[in-house]
Amino acid sequence: MSIPHAEQSTAGSIMKMVRANGGLVALVVILAFNVIFTPNFLQLQTLFVNISQVATIAIVAMGMTLVIATGGIDLSVGAVMALAGALAPLIFQSQFGIDYPALGVATAIVIPMLVALACGLFNGLMVAKLHVQPIIATLILFISGRGVAQVLTNGNLQTFNNPAFSYLGTGKILGLPFQGWLTVVIAVILFFVISRTIFGRYVLAIGGNERAAQLAGGPVLRVKVGVYVICGGLAGLAGLIVVAINSASDAARNGNLMELDAIAAAVVGGALLQGGRAPIFGAILGAVIIQLVKYTLLANGVADEVALIAKAAIILIAVYMQQARKE
Amino acid sequence: MALLLEMNAIQKSFGGVPALSGASIEIAQGEVHALIGQNGAGKSTMIKVLTGVYTRDGGTIQFNGAQSLLNSPREAQAAGIATIYQELNLVPLRSVTENVIMGYEPKRFGAFINWREAHRRTRAILDRFGIDIDVRMPLGSYSTAIQQLVAIARAVSLDAKLVIMDEPTSSLDASEVKTLFGVVRGLRDAGVSVLYVSHFLDELFEICDRVTTMRDGETVDVATLSKTTKLDLIAGMLGRDTREIAQAGRTEFGGGSAKEGEVLMTATDVATGPRLSKFDMTLHKGEVVGLGGLLGAGRTEAARALFGVDAISRGHVTLKGATAPCKPAEAIAAGLGYLTEDRKAEGIIPDMSVRENMTLALLPKMTKRGQIDRAAERKIVQHYIDALGIKTANMEQPIRELSGGNQQKVLLARWLAIEPEILILDEPTRGVDVGAKREIQLIIREYVDRGFGVVLISSEFEELVEGADRIVVLNEGRCIAELKNPGITEDKLVQALAHIEKVTA
Repeated sequence: MSIPHAEQSTAGSIMKMVRANGGLVALVVILAFNVIFTPNFLQLQTLFVNISQVATIAIVAMGMTLVIATGGIDLSVGAVMALAGALAPLIFQSQFGIDYPALGVATAIVIPMLVALACGLFNGLMVAKLHVQPIIATLILFISGRGVAQVLTNGNLQTFNNPAFSYLGTGKILGLPFQGWLTVVIAVILFFVISRTIFGRYVLAIGGNERAAQLAGGPVLRVKVGVYVICGGLAGLAGLIVVAINSASDAARNGNLMELDAIAAAVVGGALLQGGRAPIFGAILGAVIIQLVKYTLLANGVADEVALIAKAAIILIAVYMQQARKE
Repeated sequence: MALLLEMNAIQKSFGGVPALSGASIEIAQGEVHALIGQNGAGKSTMIKVLTGVYTRDGGTIQFNGAQSLLNSPREAQAAGIATIYQELNLVPLRSVTENVIMGYEPKRFGAFINWREAHRRTRAILDRFGIDIDVRMPLGSYSTAIQQLVAIARAVSLDAKLVIMDEPTSSLDASEVKTLFGVVRGLRDAGVSVLYVSHFLDELFEICDRVTTMRDGETVDVATLSKTTKLDLIAGMLGRDTREIAQAGRTEFGGGSAKEGEVLMTATDVATGPRLSKFDMTLHKGEVVGLGGLLGAGRTEAARALFGVDAISRGHVTLKGATAPCKPAEAIAAGLGYLTEDRKAEGIIPDMSVRENMTLALLPKMTKRGQIDRAAERKIVQHYIDALGIKTANMEQPIRELSGGNQQKVLLARWLAIEPEILILDEPTRGVDVGAKREIQLIIREYVDRGFGVVLISSEFEELVEGADRIVVLNEGRCIAELKNPGITEDKLVQALAHIEKVTA
């Protein structure tokens, strides 16, 4: 709560500032480390690689942030990515997609997105209507979603050459990757939704005290379903981007462990698991930190397995700082 | 009488703001000692210093004949200080036995719990308090009162010398309070001291020996209850002259002046479940209808039925002649407001600002195409902060940082802001200090005088008797009488309640 006088010294206020802006401080530290130790870090190519990689984590993390803000969690995002990603090539490589290329690509985006939204709707109804605990409710699609994706593709890797579709993951606007811009646009929209609209206010109110929100006339059911639908939709979009980047769809690997990255990014960004807070730009910051740590370790020849440990350490520190801030 | 506890010149401040400045309290062995004061007087800080939750900045504590540091809750517990909090810190899903013996389980072969012995011991402990329950059942399957008694029993079984009770009766009904008082007397007879914190002054005269009054972080008075009056205690807490209060009247209500206007709302033979089986009420314009009764009589359930929170299984509720809505959101749109009883669980959204808390019910009305009109929002919020005299640094301050009385005013503003035709107020002044209470009562009165209707629930008979134009008396979920002002007295209300007690007994 309050801090006694003695601690409000310079050291104390620096500590306080570090805690309040822990994410930014971490970012600066990682950047500084890379500038010094990682060869060729200050190259445009490095920036492009990282932006194109971070976009998918950030997009999913923003959806996750909304869900977490209502006090929920969505474990199915990785599976939804796989499902959406598996559907797209099936559609534009079908006879219909080959006969009508433009329409084929359009449908290959629209249909998987609708399926992803439907997945979100399913999660939302399970949680808000049937009152299943979010972790259990979303476990259903976590398990079955990827299974369906693998059945649809017979477990095969689907490779393709479709420049129009690949624009999602490889296109550039003003020299920067398309999905980076997309991330920024989504973030701005969501930030506006959270801070300026009635829907956003209800999201935070429900996460803060659901019973109070309901008794004050808040449409709890609709808002909760809404956040899961948005989260599902964003996961679907991320799944399409991953497929577009690789020009291949692998239902077994697309979005694998993404739920953990997304939750980690949201938490690092300042989301509270008990709900009531939705730091959209924080989620992007969290995603950037996680991506940079991965990149740093990879670029310096550290094994992937070790990177996982590093990720765990970041989450630990983030949670610790959140706890400290609550005191 | 030997002193058990002596806290002297206790100092404690938070970030430079003093919460306690030279507070002291003395408790004798085997004494039931009351601690009273307005919200913010420093009662809870004092208790937290005593239980080692806060470390004091200055002052001395003598406990059980020795200087004590009491720097951690553990140390306080080891010294024999037990606290029974309002929110019980027991495990509801585990059995009564497990809760009582937790940490002190009788063992067999040094590793396995000897359940037979554990149950026997638990029963023996509970027997001393006259509690006869199945100790194998989960604790959560019993009422709050039983759970509270189990917590006390556990504390005493651990050789507590001082038991601190923080608002122990706030969620108990009359018969449960009686049982609790029996237990408190039993503790006193066994030489255990009790520090009793309560807002209900009447209780103190029944159960406590002496009372310490605090104001602004200082101890202002210590009195023997048999030699003081309620008026003196109120005067001490407020720091005002007794004569002044007696003249002003103890509440700001003035019921009974209303002329019956047109009918706003009716409830006919309404039932929602086991706790509300037959509820009838008519509310006119410009009228306050009180719902009287003891805890568990079905008053809150009646309010929830009127507001459309609980589905109605029988009967009929009308609003201005039409069938009343059956969802809170629709009720609000139709001009109803409902100030809930439990401020923390159903009222405030702790991390949100005063502004966001206040406009929560109004949101649909200040939104254009889904977008909140922020200028209008700020204007409305500022208006109510000024009108209700809400003490807040600014409208962006999180509501959890406000005092109980100011939180309640924000919630009241949440409902006044939608300009409802009917306000349902469930214990609007509970847990609020005396000053804020008078202000809240005034606000309600002004609102009624503008021609709107209020359904008022209050456990304080005084508030109900003086504030309501009519009182519908409930008992065990059924309406049993209707009293009309002028002419209602506390005695008459008690008689109405007592009458049915005799019939059903």
